[in-house]
Amino acid sequence: MQISAKITLLLTPLLLAVAYTTFAERKIIGYMQIRIGPNRVGPRGFLQPIADALKLLTKEVIVPTNANRYLFLTAPVLAIAPSLAAWAVVPFDDGMAIADINAGLLYILALTSLGVYGIIVAGWASNSRYALLGSLRSAAQIISYEIAMGFALVGVIMAAGSLNLGEIVEAQRGSVYHWFLLPLLPLFLVYFISGVAETNRAPFDVAEGESEIVAGFHVEYSGMAFAVFFLAEYANMILISALTALLFLGGWLSPLEGLLPQAAFALPVIGWVLDGGIHWFLAKTAFFLFLFLWFRATFPRYRYDQIMRLGWKVLIPVTIVWLFLEGVAVAFGLGPWFA
Amino acid sequence: MLENYLPILVFMGIGLLMGILPLALGMVIGPRRPDAAKNSPYECGFEAFEDSRMKFDVRFYLIAILFIIFDLEIAFLFPWAVALDTIGLYGLLAMGLFLGILVIGFIYEWKKGALEWE
Repeated sequence: MQISAKITLLLTPLLLAVAYTTFAERKIIGYMQIRIGPNRVGPRGFLQPIADALKLLTKEVIVPTNANRYLFLTAPVLAIAPSLAAWAVVPFDDGMAIADINAGLLYILALTSLGVYGIIVAGWASNSRYALLGSLRSAAQIISYEIAMGFALVGVIMAAGSLNLGEIVEAQRGSVYHWFLLPLLPLFLVYFISGVAETNRAPFDVAEGESEIVAGFHVEYSGMAFAVFFLAEYANMILISALTALLFLGGWLSPLEGLLPQAAFALPVIGWVLDGGIHWFLAKTAFFLFLFLWFRATFPRYRYDQIMRLGWKVLIPVTIVWLFLEGVAVAFGLGPWFA
Repeated sequence: MLENYLPILVFMGIGLLMGILPLALGMVIGPRRPDAAKNSPYECGFEAFEDSRMKFDVRFYLIAILFIIFDLEIAFLFPWAVALDTIGLYGLLAMGLFLGILVIGFIYEWKKGALEWE
């Protein structure tokens, strides 16, 4: 079975990346706060995520008496399934996707929207005040930022003329200046900010604001049920980072393309490094992932009304205005981007 | 073309499995020692008074309704953006009018205070 081989080849590194993102988060935030972070398990703490997984595995999965048992256990599955399934259409290199479909971006938008069900169901099924409040806040926040995110995606489709992620990357070929980062700068910012808000990460993490509502929607979860929620959150973070790299930073395209002479790319090993490829895509993804962690170490948490104001009164108007401008730019065939 | 979607179906199944498997494993391997205090919902040490599914703020409902309007708009914009280079100026003006009506509605709900949280 070729499909299952491909899926294994994608899922194993992905799950490892998810596990080690939790480790990187603790290390990076540690160093930013002048601590050294976890350093006891294995050399320099590198076995920490494995120890965490084993510990959570041997803990009791508590189902509260008032909770709706089946929904309570379904919720984590609802959270993780879409965040993993969305990876099916992500291209790592030219044509290197599990499913190279025409409606790639639509599929991604649909699946990332499904993630909110896991949170709502978790909050409702727990039958706990904190969980219900957290899930309501979170659901309202996620759907608000989804609008801004959707409008930003429309801008990308207008510029690329395709929903296929591979073709969107190819539309940015030429040089660094052809990347959508430049002509769609406001949409890029809106997209990434919405991405941070969609994944309920700091500074938009009121859904699990531990200082007010303990842990929000997953307060009643323990053991592996909690771990699955955790994995879903980190898988979503990596997904948003990868998508930002694909849609605005030219995915696997090399930033040196069009700047260096052609001869440089013909060099034996150096040429391969300089030329576009999966390593550029991974580097760009890692950069955005680092931003997620950096934000958490740096920004204080937004208040809920500030979050809603930013989403509805800043990000949505910005995207609508930019869509109008982009429409005019497309009509006049402006610059190298919309010709 | 449709066979391209088969891997997606397989992947979705595996995604579900990646949720169910750890959960099942955790429930089998982990201990089970039920206890009235442990299994009651967390309320900072208080006894849980009653059912927690209480009334909530109507603004959450309002946000959900506004979301439907805007999300539908995005659903209309997606195919339009893909076909932009074939429909030309006429398509552009038509969508400009459509978006314009939406913007008027958006300004109205802004002025009405539907977007206020205090």
